[in-house]
Amino acid sequence: MVQYPRARLDHAFAALSDATRRGVLEQLGRSEASITDLAAKFHMTLTGMKKHVGVLEQAGLVATEKVGRVRTCKLGPRGLDEEAAWIERHRQLWDARFDELDRVVEELKLKEKVNGRNKRK
Amino acid sequence: MDATRESEPTTMKNRTTVERTSERELVVTRTFNAPARLVFEAWTTPELFKQWWVPKSMGMFLRSCEMDVRTGGTYRLVFGHDVSNPDEFFGRYLEVTPPSRIVWTNDEGGDGGSVTTVTLEEKDGRTLLVMHELYPSKEALDAAGTGAADMMSETFEQLDELLASQ
Repeated sequence: MVQYPRARLDHAFAALSDATRRGVLEQLGRSEASITDLAAKFHMTLTGMKKHVGVLEQAGLVATEKVGRVRTCKLGPRGLDEEAAWIERHRQLWDARFDELDRVVEELKLKEKVNGRNKRK
Repeated sequence: MDATRESEPTTMKNRTTVERTSERELVVTRTFNAPARLVFEAWTTPELFKQWWVPKSMGMFLRSCEMDVRTGGTYRLVFGHDVSNPDEFFGRYLEVTPPSRIVWTNDEGGDGGSVTTVTLEEKDGRTLLVMHELYPSKEALDAAGTGAADMMSETFEQLDELLASQ
């Protein structure tokens, strides 16, 4: 098993504490992008975006590769199996939603039972 | 460790399944231990709908919810301050058949949005809910967001991995 040094964990938390960097991860989860693309997308300077990507890269969340003059960013090694992760994200959302719906439906059921009992009285 | 000693919930929680049945289709299923009319009521009454549509893990706040749930009616959901997501979701009900079927469009993305069909099938007092979403293109479904849950779940997965490897 890969050993992550403690510092790596700190890096990951620090990297995820920023809304722009979380946005960058979300974006890269959909498709690869160059730093120029990301800078434009998030209305930032190239230098600013380079810093953010650097932080994400150090945390292992993003991997970059320079081809010619373009540096392309994608999710890091932990972002593999994107398809399964995509399905799981949707499943988690609907599961959370339907847990709440379950609760509402149970309340309706209870209310109906109580009302039914009152009617019989 | 003995796996059977793990604490079991007092009531069995029903499973939610999600399957991408084609490039443009997503199917979600779940069973509820209640008759279809109650699930239908919770889905079509705004005050009740508001209580479950936006779970906390989504990180979004539902500001208002207008629903005219009948065939040809419209709905509009307005969300709070999440800049990475559109504030409003709206569309039309193409078909509403109590207590078994609701079909609506998702028009916030302009023409050719997705169409969602929910069917409720009751059997022995329990209801199987099948939600079918048809997107206009593969890309539209690929990009379909799940709110802040997107990031949260990834964060937790990464945290799990990191902790497991410590």
